Amino acid sequence: MQENNSKNKNKLNIKSITKLKGFSSFTSALLAIFLGLAFGFVIMLIANPGNAMAGFRYILVGGLGRLGDVFYFATPILMTGLAVGFAFKMGLFNIGASGQYTMGMFFAMYVAFMWDLPGSSHWMIAILAGMIGGMIMGFIPGIFKALLNVNEVITSIMFNYIGMYFVDMLVQSNGDMYNATLTRTRYIDQGVQIPALGIAGSNVNLGIVLAIIVAIILYITLQKTTFGYELKATGHNKFAAEYAGMQGKRNIILTMVISGGLAGLGGAFAILAPSAIAGSSMTYEPINIIAANGFTGIAVALLGNAHPLGIIFSATFISYIQRGGTLASLVGFKPEIIDIVIAVIIYFSAFAMIMNSAIARVAKRLVGKKNDDEIVEEDIIIEEDVIVDDNDNLTKEAE
Amino acid sequence: MDVVYYLIQNMLPVGISLLLVALGGMFSERSGIINIALEGIMLFGAFFGALFVLFVQKSGMGAQTILLLGMLVAAISGLLYSLLLAFASINMKADQVITGTALNMLIPAVILLFSKMFFGSDGVTTNISFYIRKIPILGDIPILGPLFFQSTYLTVIIGFILLAIAIVLLYKTKFGLRLRACGEHPHAADSVGINVYRMRYAGVSLSGILGGIGGFFYSVGVLDGNISGHTGVAGFGFLALAVMIFGQWKPLRILGAAMFFAFLRTLAYSISLIPFLYNLGIDQNYYKMLPYLATMIVLALSSKHSRAPKAEGIPYDKSQR
Repeated sequence: MQENNSKNKNKLNIKSITKLKGFSSFTSALLAIFLGLAFGFVIMLIANPGNAMAGFRYILVGGLGRLGDVFYFATPILMTGLAVGFAFKMGLFNIGASGQYTMGMFFAMYVAFMWDLPGSSHWMIAILAGMIGGMIMGFIPGIFKALLNVNEVITSIMFNYIGMYFVDMLVQSNGDMYNATLTRTRYIDQGVQIPALGIAGSNVNLGIVLAIIVAIILYITLQKTTFGYELKATGHNKFAAEYAGMQGKRNIILTMVISGGLAGLGGAFAILAPSAIAGSSMTYEPINIIAANGFTGIAVALLGNAHPLGIIFSATFISYIQRGGTLASLVGFKPEIIDIVIAVIIYFSAFAMIMNSAIARVAKRLVGKKNDDEIVEEDIIIEEDVIVDDNDNLTKEAE
Repeated sequence: MDVVYYLIQNMLPVGISLLLVALGGMFSERSGIINIALEGIMLFGAFFGALFVLFVQKSGMGAQTILLLGMLVAAISGLLYSLLLAFASINMKADQVITGTALNMLIPAVILLFSKMFFGSDGVTTNISFYIRKIPILGDIPILGPLFFQSTYLTVIIGFILLAIAIVLLYKTKFGLRLRACGEHPHAADSVGINVYRMRYAGVSLSGILGGIGGFFYSVGVLDGNISGHTGVAGFGFLALAVMIFGQWKPLRILGAAMFFAFLRTLAYSISLIPFLYNLGIDQNYYKMLPYLATMIVLALSSKHSRAPKAEGIPYDKSQR
């Protein structure tokens, strides 16, 4: 009897959260951003009180003057953000986006340097190669998780290192790719670069358009397909999903492969992009350091609430304050200030949702004392809504 | 024989650092909190330890005294940093892995920012040698002397003392029993009057102390007392987690696992001294990958019947029965 009661209580709580979900995830993202920026400002005050205001202004509005660059640098982190977010939906934490990103970058570079393909098919195939590279790296943690029960967090961290050393070794031993005197990779031929969009003063390229298209495809996959439905169901309750006949193991592997592919695409978009010097491309420096864009992807995914469309905006935002951070070095700060802000945003967004719903619950309780009956009615209505929604989904699946 | 001595002598400082951090992870997970922030805690401890050494190195204190004091500083700073994880995961019931990741990302950025602004470099560079050529009397024992008491650091001996303390604390005290109960079945522990929140705070704090010390010992024994925000502790915090899993959350097994990884790593970095391996002509990067690859193989073999604490990773909520 007691057990029943507590279960009912849980149900009500969950309902009150779902009711506010869209709104509350937005406000909790805002809350996390606010706290992150505030903490960054405090750090700036400690580091250099005199210039803190000027530096902080750069961070807040500095990106406005360089919108092209904002989108240029948003492209790779949009992809790693989608990678992490997609795995989140399944309840997997893909911290290995860095390794997948690096491997994707290498595959794309390999096709760009070593293969000879006609015209614009060259960069397209290089992008696809990047995706395949990421998929392979995503497949490994998937297999380990599904078949051997090894936590995907540990596996993907280990493979961040393995992938990084592996790629660094392959790059350094390949004279066609690697310029030993500059300790960097050579420039990729202009014909293999992703075409620029032709916006003056920046190299923003087709990559961002492709990335947004991928985000939309992901959104449709998650919302309108059986696979997306199974994925979310497994993320909510893996035992219930298994009981309902969904193939948990297959879905884990598939999710990690797709997630890895997305991160790999990010690597391809990053390396095949034209850079600031005319005719040159981005380069890779094999110095045994794990790609930061993979970790930034975690922040992007959390801020965007793992929702593909939300991630488009959060990637743009993170890229925006990163541009501001580079400008803050004009008044003596270092771009690392933004990494601090991002880390704090992740820290708070891990529990901002709970803070938010706690506030919402308190607010509701205050209102609830006055008109208890109305709220009960509302809850019932919501429940019906949910059922209707589910039916909709099912009929669509049937079609 | 000289090569064996050399490998063991170089393995011990590395292994001790891994051992302490893995023991820290063990205390945290035994209390029910997954501590993926160990990497960040190590770096935090190492940074403040090295900073302390930098400020007192010219004061005329003996090197070993400075080491002991630096260890204290590292322990306290590790403890403080771990409280951030404890607060988020115990009070706020946040996702422990995400919080840990945030803490891992925060500290290298802080170190880089401050070091670049104040020292014009990527980290702290000290100018002191903690190296001990030979410990009197003990160093003269045949075989054992060269293995454990020559060309070494004080950290090795301290590490074994801390291991002994950890074993007693976990298995022979009331506290240890309660801590383990909170990681296995917090509701049962709560029902007999144990304060689960307080025990989990204790577990995370212990991991902070050991993680901080482990980080400082890494800086002393591997990086010559320096620390950089760029390379950090090279994934040792994560390796320590793998060591802990390989050691099945048990102190003595963790010791074995830590030494196994430390040996592989030492081997990877001293290939040029071993003619047999050097003549194979394998790219050195393969050896650098070796500890991580070995981790994966070991985990693949041992995870099927893993004895992880049952309640780890689940925030404790009194009202859920």
